[in-house]
Amino acid sequence: MSQPYLSATGMRGGYGKADILNGCDLTVEKGQIAVIVGPNGAGKSTAMKAVFGMLNLREGAVLLDGADITALTPQERVRKGMGFVPQTHNIFPTMTVEENLEMGAFIRQDDFRATMEQVYQLFPAVAEKRRQNAGELSGGQRQQVAVGRALMTRPSLLMLDEPTAGVSPIVMDELFDRIIEVARTGISILMVEQNARQALEIADIGYVLVQGANAYTDTGPALLADPEVRRTFLGG
Amino acid sequence: MEILNALVTLMNFVVLPAASYGAQLALGALGVTLIYGILRFSNFAHGDTMALGTALVILVTWGMQALGIGLGPLPTALLALPFGIALTAAFVLGTDRVVYRFYRRKRSEPIILVMASVGVMFITNGLTRLIIGVDEIRFDDGARFLFTVRDFREWSGLAEGMSLRVSQLLTLLVTALCCWALFRFLGRSRAGKAMRAYSDNEDLALLSGIDPERVVRLTWIIASALVVIAGTLYGLDKSFKAFNYFQILLPIFAAAIVGGLGNPLGAVAGGFIVAFSEVAVTYPWKKVAEYLGFQPQELLQLLSTEYKFAVSFTILIVVLLFRPTGLFRGKSV
Amino acid sequence: MSNTRQADTASPWRAPLLFLILAALFFAEGTFRNALFSGSWNTALAILNMGLISAVMALGVNMQWGYAGLFNAGVVGFLALGGLAPVLVSTAPVEGAWQAGGPRVILALLVGLGTLVLAALVWKRLRGAMRVPALLAVLVLGFILYRFLFDPAVIAIEANNSASAGNIGGLGWPILLSWPVGALFAAAAAWGVGKVALGLRSDYLAIATLGIGEIIVAVMRNEEWLSRGVKNVSGLPRPVPYELELQNSADFVARAANWGMDPATASGIWVKLLYAGLFTAVLLLLILLAELALKSPWGRMMRAIRDNETAAAAMGKDVTRRHLQIFVIGSAVIGLAGAMMITLDGLLSPNSFNPLRYTFLIWVMVIVGGSGNNWGAVLGAILIWFLWIKAEVWGPELMRLITAPMPDGSLRNHLLGSAPHMRFIALGLVLLLVLRFAPRGLVPEK
Repeated sequence: MSQPYLSATGMRGGYGKADILNGCDLTVEKGQIAVIVGPNGAGKSTAMKAVFGMLNLREGAVLLDGADITALTPQERVRKGMGFVPQTHNIFPTMTVEENLEMGAFIRQDDFRATMEQVYQLFPAVAEKRRQNAGELSGGQRQQVAVGRALMTRPSLLMLDEPTAGVSPIVMDELFDRIIEVARTGISILMVEQNARQALEIADIGYVLVQGANAYTDTGPALLADPEVRRTFLGG
Repeated sequence: MEILNALVTLMNFVVLPAASYGAQLALGALGVTLIYGILRFSNFAHGDTMALGTALVILVTWGMQALGIGLGPLPTALLALPFGIALTAAFVLGTDRVVYRFYRRKRSEPIILVMASVGVMFITNGLTRLIIGVDEIRFDDGARFLFTVRDFREWSGLAEGMSLRVSQLLTLLVTALCCWALFRFLGRSRAGKAMRAYSDNEDLALLSGIDPERVVRLTWIIASALVVIAGTLYGLDKSFKAFNYFQILLPIFAAAIVGGLGNPLGAVAGGFIVAFSEVAVTYPWKKVAEYLGFQPQELLQLLSTEYKFAVSFTILIVVLLFRPTGLFRGKSV
Repeated sequence: MSNTRQADTASPWRAPLLFLILAALFFAEGTFRNALFSGSWNTALAILNMGLISAVMALGVNMQWGYAGLFNAGVVGFLALGGLAPVLVSTAPVEGAWQAGGPRVILALLVGLGTLVLAALVWKRLRGAMRVPALLAVLVLGFILYRFLFDPAVIAIEANNSASAGNIGGLGWPILLSWPVGALFAAAAAWGVGKVALGLRSDYLAIATLGIGEIIVAVMRNEEWLSRGVKNVSGLPRPVPYELELQNSADFVARAANWGMDPATASGIWVKLLYAGLFTAVLLLLILLAELALKSPWGRMMRAIRDNETAAAAMGKDVTRRHLQIFVIGSAVIGLAGAMMITLDGLLSPNSFNPLRYTFLIWVMVIVGGSGNNWGAVLGAILIWFLWIKAEVWGPELMRLITAPMPDGSLRNHLLGSAPHMRFIALGLVLLLVLRFAPRGLVPEK
């Protein structure tokens, strides 16, 4: 197997004295959807933030496309091709949808209109509301704007922190469909999900974290089929 | 005819003074609201920055007058304005560098920044006193009136007259120009949008690659420019006195809060709301009422002018009671 | 005021040592006569007395800021309100003033207050389309009735012997009684402001108090029937004997001679010492009460709220209510200080209430002394007050020294003339430096 596109190995670290991550590994191949699931407090979001550089690691390394980015700040990682959609506060509410996308492309010096068109094609619902303030949109549409904003830098790895938190099941299915579409264009996806069952259904690879370490790693369908995983994490 | 007389009186004593005062407040409140939106604290030094900036403008004006440079019918201060703005902006950027940046990096609570702004207020106040003193100064030159009360009476044949002072017209024009430029800048330019993005969601703005220090610098420069313009116009319209500029802080804060802290459009509206309320409440309506056919015994003045700050305060309290985010929905409470 | 309080590393000797240095400064002021000190015990004690009153003010501000993190930018207003109490309680009644319009003024004020209460009731009880019109109707009718009652009464009172009185006068009660009344006045105003502005963003309280401070001072300046405005109220009674009485007492003159002092100096010093004793007693009593309160469950809860408001709120503590309590108590202490100050001056001069001097200077005292620590606030108050007064002398001296090599000219004269303004710059610098490099102050909180 060749070098995976993203490879985070042996991550240890946390916010205070106690470590939240205890030797966690995550890898994502090009164009794959990787999903992190696990019980509350397992360090799912923390693991993703560590990959993005929002947490100082005590140990471990993060490689993106073979290059060591462990020491880079989140902003520098964006320039290296990472896109990140935070769980909350992930849009500019008093700016229009279009301006939100423009701000996503802030670091780009070239013409980004083509990328914006692609985003609008991906999310036709928000394309209709491009002149409306993002804060006035529905929950699901706001998440689409948030994802669209992160796509504006044309990232090669898109990270989503619980994108479906607080949206209805129909909107959730719609959002997952879009994410699959994004992955088809060759963008790798790393996603933390509360709705484990649905997320694993679309996952090429799933990570079950327990207490900041990998408990199970397999393809999504395989994890769904694993009786042990089903019993402990998916509620039977 | 009587109706016209009432209208003219109203224009002369209420509408025009309130409009120019409102414009001056609006420019001041814009600065407060921008600083609040970007740096997230209420800047208590704003009134004294206004005083310092105006003092610098006055110094440059005097220098120009000594050299014989002038603008003819327009006040020389207009010519001095850019110099005053540049000097004030440099001073304010200096305070940011040595005072505020430290707390911003530490992510201190807003109230600590407010406290620091009190320290800056003291220093600014002392500097103003040092360079220009505490006395009242008038520095308007050029023509005083576009038309006087007598001109108007002769022209219209009415019993009542009204005048339009150059400073009033100038205030309205300059304010309109400033607002137009500011809103265009915020709405169209890349830097302006970056400022709005930073005000909306600091973390996401950082993620998007917006340089916070640049945004902060830009904010200070714009706020200084607006407040120096406001102070100069206020000084041309009335007169310059350092302590009055400290006191104007309250109506400026009231205007910014009424409009919703962090919301520029709200600050402009708030400035006019506060100014019109202040003038309307402290104006004796007797004359207008007489023209309208009433025979009032009293002056019909709701509050004496000494209490004009009570008007700002009451508006402030009403807004805090009923709509703490302001009329135009500013930042969260 | 930070969420992470480092462990106490300050030496236990720090506070006593600093107080000792302070005592040495006062000793030097009283004994040495040179460019720096006056060498007059009368001057030293005068500074000390105002320093003690400033310490009471600082205690009040420290309760609000140090215990609860509330920024009161209207200290001057609560102080002025407290200062009104000696005038209303202890000056002699003005002949004819009460008959001229006393009851009517009181009725007018009751109507004004009643209007606000009624408006609040209407707003609370009514629902639907009638709510706003009813509220406005109550306010407008109330205001008209208030002005109808108020204006003629005020004119009558102010016309009454306007050269030497023109005000409503006082009750002629003992002046010490006016001190708690001053505290009550300030507490009532604080309750009103706190009720509105607390529970919102922390800066809103600062802005609202800035406003109420300006308004209270404006009322004192303009309502001549109440405070004689710019005409000042003088000749307030004293809790201590007058210097002249002492100088006329053979007994006192003999004792002064015993000490080797002339009667004039001795009487001045004796009166100031009596005041100092009185103020110290009040100060110590307040500190004792404050320390007891801080150690009680109530005080522990206050500190818990200050250190982590969110956690305290999550634990079911009513943060806004606690804040209102501490805000009212702190303002009451400031009001008490106002009454003490007017008693010491024997004069109420509404024009002298300047926010820079009476709001922000007190703030510097608290921050420099050590917010959250009562002894720190006291130390900061007396020290800053001493420096503030001495800077008036030292500033020009320093400027003369600096400008000595300069040729005589307008620049040198300008610089010499502006030396007093340097006090503001120095004060701002002290505040910023302490805030930045020693945020816990000279005597940090235990």
